[in-house]
Amino acid sequence: MSETVSKRRQADRLKADRLKEEAGPSASSRRSRTPLGWWRNPWRRPHILASATWLYVAWSLLPVIIAIAISFNSGRSNSVWQGFSFQWWWGHPKFDPSGALLVSPELRTALIQSLRLSFVTMFIAVPLGVAFAIGISRWRGPAPAGANFLMLFSFVVPEIIIGISMFLFFTYLLKVVHLGTGAQLLSLVTYQVSYPVIIVRARLLSIGKEYEEAATDLGASPTQAIRRVLLPMLYPAILVSFALVFADTIDDFITVRYLSGGANTEPLSVKIYNFSRGSLTPAINAAATFLLLSTLAVALIGVFLYRRITSGQRGQTQEMTGYLS
Amino acid sequence: MLILFLLPFYVVVSIAFGTVDPVFQSPLPVYQPWFWTTKYLLNEWNFVIGEFRPVELRTLVYVVLASAICLVIAYTVAYYVARYGGKRKGLFLTLLIAPFFISYLMRMLSWVELLQPSGYVNNVLTFLHITPHPINWLAGVPFTVVIGLVYGYVPYMILPLYGFLDRIDQRQLEAGRDLGANPFWTFVRVTLPLSKPAILASLVIVTLPMFGDYYTNNLLSGSPKTTMFGNLLDNSMEATGQGPEAAILVLFLVVFLMIPMLYYMRETAKAQRQQ
Repeated sequence: MSETVSKRRQADRLKADRLKEEAGPSASSRRSRTPLGWWRNPWRRPHILASATWLYVAWSLLPVIIAIAISFNSGRSNSVWQGFSFQWWWGHPKFDPSGALLVSPELRTALIQSLRLSFVTMFIAVPLGVAFAIGISRWRGPAPAGANFLMLFSFVVPEIIIGISMFLFFTYLLKVVHLGTGAQLLSLVTYQVSYPVIIVRARLLSIGKEYEEAATDLGASPTQAIRRVLLPMLYPAILVSFALVFADTIDDFITVRYLSGGANTEPLSVKIYNFSRGSLTPAINAAATFLLLSTLAVALIGVFLYRRITSGQRGQTQEMTGYLS
Repeated sequence: MLILFLLPFYVVVSIAFGTVDPVFQSPLPVYQPWFWTTKYLLNEWNFVIGEFRPVELRTLVYVVLASAICLVIAYTVAYYVARYGGKRKGLFLTLLIAPFFISYLMRMLSWVELLQPSGYVNNVLTFLHITPHPINWLAGVPFTVVIGLVYGYVPYMILPLYGFLDRIDQRQLEAGRDLGANPFWTFVRVTLPLSKPAILASLVIVTLPMFGDYYTNNLLSGSPKTTMFGNLLDNSMEATGQGPEAAILVLFLVVFLMIPMLYYMRETAKAQRQQ
């Protein structure tokens, strides 16, 4: 008796299972079990896209990580890992230190030239670009469109064109400026000024005119309105421009290469380019890593300053709301 | 205030001078437009058209190929991050922006080292018995140059595409689905047409600089078998140098690049009018 009951229960369970399988959510899961069904399921997770993206990220960053690692190589090879050492950075008593980045006089002058060029360019191009951006936003008529076109032009045109035309400009027309640091700085500033202009203009457009007008209504002169109201609101954009201009200048080797009067004014990037085609040692990797680290350092300083400024602002606004209430 | 106007204006003038003025210079530069001659220009024009034709053709093929591969990779990545990034969007964006802060030279340098006969790529290939001997990738292999171009320029394409795809209204895609299109056709009929302006813009950003690229080629091949137009420019500066040849080649390239730029500006103007 009890046997037949349990048999019937079993049969019921089987039947229920079968029914459940035929309808409801598991229908789609069964369909997606076969490859074709999985392909047809419109709500499947995008595994192919995901793996393609991760593959791309690996492809874009792994070689660089390997190159950074090789700058700490202990052997002469620039392709195979032979052990850890700092000998290509600041030399090692056991090895001939003349090839190391911070020891070799050639690389050291190049390093100093790199830093000099990028810091000076940064501190000229960014204020100039900010002024330019504020200036354009005041202009009426066709001038902003022309400026826009010019900025786009200097953005997409191959840099070699700018390099060559600058070279011809300084050798034929503006002979007062000799090839070397002066010419390099002038052309870098001209080329880099478009970064702050584009970034600051975008920010200006999103801010609108109201704040400045409010300031002048409250009795500020136009200069005061810009200095005390507009500029503080532009700080984030300005900081980003500083970081971008620095990164782009310290990596630039095209314009600067044509305009360097001799080996003395070639910055590190040009040295890397020249050496990459001939005698590569891990010191060149160290040089490239150094460029990367300095860029990162400037970017981090920017982030730090940004944090400080914004936290100060928050404090101020809290104070003000306190007064109001 | 006057300074704010004048200084930038001076910069504009110097940019204009820098790119336009020297173009017609022969070793004896002529600054008055009414004295310009086309004699040298025509000579050089024949030179460019006649002798260098294989180079121009090769440049065109390489650039078109590399841009197409760039577009496929960039679109895939940007699409995934924009639509399915979810919580990881910040991480993805950091990883995608990272190449901007790594110098182009460093990224090329790392490939030069990987692709050497004793480098890791060849190690892996011979270890897996895909090739019996190490391949000399750096001795003028067109494949290396094209992939090098792709590697160099793809980050500049992903970000503008991402910025645009991220703004596409998901409801439009759902509408496509509701109207009976499967994911593939939703993509083809809705997403692709919507992102046409972004594709155009990112192509301009990537393709135009490629035409003047000489360094990727020099670093990854250096062989005359893969010479591109940019190399002609660079060589004209390095060898005879400083003369009219470089200037005329520059003029040639600028005029050539004006065509896609004007097309792009017309398209964007048209799109703005439609809105």
